[in-house]
Amino acid sequence: MSHQLTLEDVTVSYNRIPAVHHLTASFQCGSCIALLGPNGAGKTTLLKAIAGLLPIETGRIEFCGHELDGPAGRTIAYVPQREAVDWDFPVTVRGLVEMGRYPSLGKWGKFQAKDAAAVAEALEICDLADLADRQISALSGGQQQRTFLARAWAQQAHIYLLDEPFTGLDRNASEAFAVAMRRLRDAGKLVMASHHDLKSVEGLFDHILLINGEAVACGPTAEAFTKENLDRAYTMHVFSGHHHDHA
Amino acid sequence: MNWILEPFQYEFMQRALLACVLIGFTNGFLGAFVVIRRLALMADALSHSLLPGLAVAAILVGLSPMGLLLGGLLAAIFVALGGHIISRSSRVKEETAIAALYIIAFAIGIALIKYAGVKVSLDHFLFGNILGVGDSDLWTSYAITCVALIVLVVFQRPLLLAIFEASVARSQGVPVGGLLGMLILLIVLAMVSSLQAVGVLLSLGLLILPAATIYLLSDSFDTILWGGGALGTFGAVLGLLFSFWANIPSGPAIVLILGAAFILAYFFSPRYGIFSRYFKRRHLHEESLERWKK
Repeated sequence: MSHQLTLEDVTVSYNRIPAVHHLTASFQCGSCIALLGPNGAGKTTLLKAIAGLLPIETGRIEFCGHELDGPAGRTIAYVPQREAVDWDFPVTVRGLVEMGRYPSLGKWGKFQAKDAAAVAEALEICDLADLADRQISALSGGQQQRTFLARAWAQQAHIYLLDEPFTGLDRNASEAFAVAMRRLRDAGKLVMASHHDLKSVEGLFDHILLINGEAVACGPTAEAFTKENLDRAYTMHVFSGHHHDHA
Repeated sequence: MNWILEPFQYEFMQRALLACVLIGFTNGFLGAFVVIRRLALMADALSHSLLPGLAVAAILVGLSPMGLLLGGLLAAIFVALGGHIISRSSRVKEETAIAALYIIAFAIGIALIKYAGVKVSLDHFLFGNILGVGDSDLWTSYAITCVALIVLVVFQRPLLLAIFEASVARSQGVPVGGLLGMLILLIVLAMVSSLQAVGVLLSLGLLILPAATIYLLSDSFDTILWGGGALGTFGAVLGLLFSFWANIPSGPAIVLILGAAFILAYFFSPRYGIFSRYFKRRHLHEESLERWKK
């Protein structure tokens, strides 16, 4: 059984309007995948569907031969857009990363040595060890983003779904985040990030999935990230979904 | 010295002090979640929506504490749930839907209260009277304190996940909707328990002022949680004594004591007070000036 994530004929609706149509693609673990497409292409919708936050209307999503149905608990870590988070929440970097361990603790669970080790490792991987006791409100954008990645790592998930992680990060912060992302990849994880800056795709990701309401191209960046594919994705006209009301 | 000890000699004061400890702690403790989740206005709406429930209960079963508890509880749940349903099924957002429903409920409550068989003064429901606390009120408060404390301690972690970032929590398999529903139920219970002491209108103060004060002082959620409980207890007891000495109603006295703590923290909190922030900013400015001189 190969370690891969398979999307088969996946259709997802957002507020009852189909946003992603009949999408089929598959990805190997140990890769960094850019989820590309114009605004409104369904990038966030697709990420949320894989994370089990939105129901899929047709098709199936499989990981390692098992169907993912609903929230997958520890297998998948979802990292929301930075703006969606309340950064005044009274918690330190370490406290936030520890939240990644909560689901594996159980209701009466105590923090054990292995939990502390997972948290320490996550902080190390994301270069946050020095900031561990800082409040999250006092972090820069890049540090905030890495903190969430560390939390996902502490969760010891296999699939990491990141919603626009590079938005608003400057060059240094992007590079630091990319380093952390590659560490996950090298550890055999599957990292998928929605991304809108086409100029940086080749430097950051080894695979792409280009969508606009449906799959346009999917594959290694060197092969699939071509001008023709991009032109096709950014100019094609997709069903707005409203047409389907009569169907 | 006699005037300090005097209130402790009366049985009604002893009872009232015990009630203050119970409701002060429960509300202050729960308040941490309310403040962090920004539910204060929602809680305000719920407190107002208790009134029609109390009125209907008073009409049907008179002034029995259990009846009032149940009436208030059902009315608040009706408003919270109704607001949720309206916001999901229409264009109106949740806070608007809840505000619309609670103000309707409040009006119904005021209209109904005159039909209550027993003689009920509106003031009593609106502002409470802690000196009239009976045994059954105390037992009710005691039960609510126990329930709230146990539930919040047991579910603290998943609840924090749900409050901090709902979508991540959901992807981790945390039942976010159920937990937030439970939190709202506890808020209503805590308010019902503080009705007798401070009434519908002032119950919000007991709920949010202690946690809001500690939130200005500390960055640790545990401190906000337990500190909120401690400050709530302390403020409620001190407020009651203050009301006895100064001969003013107990509800406002309690809220004023807690309010004073909040205002003090706002100005003088070492980290987040506006005075200390002012000095910090000047310090930074001088530092960069030094760098320019080099």
